[in-house]
Amino acid sequence: MSLPLEHDYIGLSEQPSAAAGDGTLNLKDTELRLGLPGSESPDRDDDKMGLTLELLPPKSFASGAKRGFSLAIDAGAGKWGFAAGGGGSEKEMGKGGVLFSPKGEATAGGKPSGLGSAGKDAAGKTAGRESKASEHAGHSDGNHREIAPAAKAQVVGWPPIRSYRKNTMATNPLKDKEEVDGKLGLGCLYVKVSMDGAPYLRKVDLKTYSDYKELSSALEKMFSCFTIGQCGSQGIPNRDGLSESRLMYLLNGSEYVLTYEDKDGDWMLVGDVPWEMFTDSCRRLRIMKGSDAIGLAPRAMEKCKNRD
Amino acid sequence: MTYFPEEVVEHIFDFLGSHRDRNTVSTVCKAWYQVERLSRQHVFVGNCYAIRPERVMARFPRMKSLSVKGKPHFADFNLVPYDWGGYALPWIEAAARCCTGLEELRLKRMVVSDDGLELLARFFPNFKSLVLVSCDGFSTDGLASIATYCRGLRELDLQENEVDDHGCQWLNCFPDSCTSLVSLNFACLKGEVNAGALERLIARSPNLRSLKLNRAISVESLNKILSRAPHLVDLGTGSFAVDDRAEAYHRLMNCFTKCKTLRCMSGFGEASPCCLKALYPVCINLIVLNLSYAPAIPSDDLIKLICHCSNLQKLWVLDCIGDKGLAVVASTCKELQELRVFPSDIYGAGTTSVTEEGLVAVSSGCPKLNSVLYFCYQMTNSALITVAKNCPHFIRFRLCILDPGKPDPLTNQPLDEGFGAIVRSCKNLRRLSLSGLLTDQVFLFIGLYAKCLEMLSIAFAGNSDKGMIYVLDGCKNLRKLEIRDCPFGDGALLKNVEKYEAMRSLWMSSCEATLGGCKALAAKMPRLNVEIINESGNLVESKENLSDVNKMEKIYVYRSVAGPRNDAPEFVWTL
Repeated sequence: MSLPLEHDYIGLSEQPSAAAGDGTLNLKDTELRLGLPGSESPDRDDDKMGLTLELLPPKSFASGAKRGFSLAIDAGAGKWGFAAGGGGSEKEMGKGGVLFSPKGEATAGGKPSGLGSAGKDAAGKTAGRESKASEHAGHSDGNHREIAPAAKAQVVGWPPIRSYRKNTMATNPLKDKEEVDGKLGLGCLYVKVSMDGAPYLRKVDLKTYSDYKELSSALEKMFSCFTIGQCGSQGIPNRDGLSESRLMYLLNGSEYVLTYEDKDGDWMLVGDVPWEMFTDSCRRLRIMKGSDAIGLAPRAMEKCKNRD
Repeated sequence: MTYFPEEVVEHIFDFLGSHRDRNTVSTVCKAWYQVERLSRQHVFVGNCYAIRPERVMARFPRMKSLSVKGKPHFADFNLVPYDWGGYALPWIEAAARCCTGLEELRLKRMVVSDDGLELLARFFPNFKSLVLVSCDGFSTDGLASIATYCRGLRELDLQENEVDDHGCQWLNCFPDSCTSLVSLNFACLKGEVNAGALERLIARSPNLRSLKLNRAISVESLNKILSRAPHLVDLGTGSFAVDDRAEAYHRLMNCFTKCKTLRCMSGFGEASPCCLKALYPVCINLIVLNLSYAPAIPSDDLIKLICHCSNLQKLWVLDCIGDKGLAVVASTCKELQELRVFPSDIYGAGTTSVTEEGLVAVSSGCPKLNSVLYFCYQMTNSALITVAKNCPHFIRFRLCILDPGKPDPLTNQPLDEGFGAIVRSCKNLRRLSLSGLLTDQVFLFIGLYAKCLEMLSIAFAGNSDKGMIYVLDGCKNLRKLEIRDCPFGDGALLKNVEKYEAMRSLWMSSCEATLGGCKALAAKMPRLNVEIINESGNLVESKENLSDVNKMEKIYVYRSVAGPRNDAPEFVWTL
């Protein structure tokens, strides 16, 4: 049984050689990039790969994000997990389970379940062993119609179940069953994401992400037409270890921060509370201008203190 | 007949039940068109973008009941971006200007705003019935408007909507003078309502026949409600979380004993096995039972319950009922017409407890079965052939094999033969959803035999353009075709373009049709709206980069006399 694959924010996997599909150590896999194991990124131009916030100063990020995004689209359509980090055109999972047709428009926003699920699958959902194996099998090529078993649970809009039903069942976990891996059932929790200044809303399924990094990167991609900053609290160090860059972005004032409305109707900065607590209480997300969000932090910390 | 006075013609038209018949008679001659349009009370608009609201209001000034559908069906599965469209406000505004006699409004898959609901509540003095199905965009504030201003409200039916909870106590807004409620369904609301206000509302609603509570309503509250409304016909139970040792449980059983008219039940969100026994007194009378939101009830307890339900006509369950449970359904529920089996665990290890055997059992035991929705992990050709033989009366057959493209596990063959048998045998089949491994052959069968088919849903199927062409050429009554992840391209899209004007809509996503193909279609058929939905970032920029050979991710084609719509978001491009 293969180990669940840990994805850190920048896509390093624990099993680079397995991911490459051959026995040799594939140095490419230790490169910093966003992507699933086995995915190939084109040779990176730092300007273009503007998807990782820490690596770039704000200015080039703004333009880089867009380009990185469209680069991902051009090159990566057909790749499972939504062209994360400008992945190549390998169809890892085969066509059948893939979100996108081999060429052409990749469906970006609104489909994080595909991306997130692929990542999340590796993080130990009960998708079956064979699913993990095929994910590690590396690039499948030209198998347009071959459907890898792993794909079954993560194809967008499949199985055809209304999101209302999925959401309802997700908030009502099976009580009597022994749950080995955490969440069984339809496990899905859609929340709206709005961004100040953007002409339209999106929806994301929080259950497809396992931590703030995944959520943040998915949102970046979704809204990368617009400038977007990192989420998180002001200068509060946390296990994500990205506090410095957050602070930097907030101080710049013109960047955006990610906030959420919780069960009580209060608006909080994303990143203050443990991930599970966040997904339990988050009702909707809003990407707001950093300058608007300054006032939120004290309240967020207050709440945390009160909770503890 | 044109020599008859108008009143007589109108009276004859009154006997025409369906709007299709009325549409037909209105095309006979100008006189009939006039009589028909001035006497039509129920108007159905299957696609809100097929016609402008003003035109509908102008044609049917005496409209009392309006039903409008918005987003395409695949929007249910998140294939349509959130802000695609389907706004209700233009319809409500148009009606507020010309048809203030409106009494009923039914909307499906539309975006309804609080402003729209307020308009509805204030500008239509006779407004009686609001039914919203799979809608979103509104909050409890909008519901508060309806409750406050609609005098004589009879029906407020919210089915599976996404409603923002703004915390206001909308239910308290029903004035004391409101005593006309017949149907109240707020099962989809997540927030709390004031239990006391609810009980008082029910106590002053002697005509209440249908009540569907949300999960926030406790069993204690349910008890009080049932004791005040023993004439309920349709009940959604709310949480139903009760221990069978509690006093509340005994009171519940007592209440149910007094509910002699109860015929339909749903809810059971937190029901546990022990509290199901409280239902036994009513089971024999039940014709509709929806247990599909009750995951905590294992198969054996479901079986015990169903053993008492010999008059069931409609049953919705989760697949934890198992093949064993379905065999019990087959032997007990001889009146069953509709069965839906939903999956309880789609991220699981790849097995569920229902297989093709359960479906075969029900098909064999329930002679009146005509509508099936079945989620399972495997199906065989021989099972489908048996089902087809047992049930020639199917109207709806929707099979979802959870692994896309999975073949018959016994023979490793595609399921062409099995579905072929279904369409050959079920001559009245109106709706069909396919799944599993399928080649062009199945579409050949469908085109040949499915002459009554109106709606077809295809996913991960077919080999070539021929598949789609068979369907478009053969299915004379096809109205809605929705396709995802199939190898159908421009050849299929453009082979029979006139067909699309005879249909309501075509949806193709993740297929092989290109921008060039779509442009050609739009050029040939000006009365079709050919929408390209492209979510990847900035459409304006992408348009410059797109060439005619780019494959289009999502295509939505529909006939329309309204021209391209003026509310399309940036990522929708009407060619």
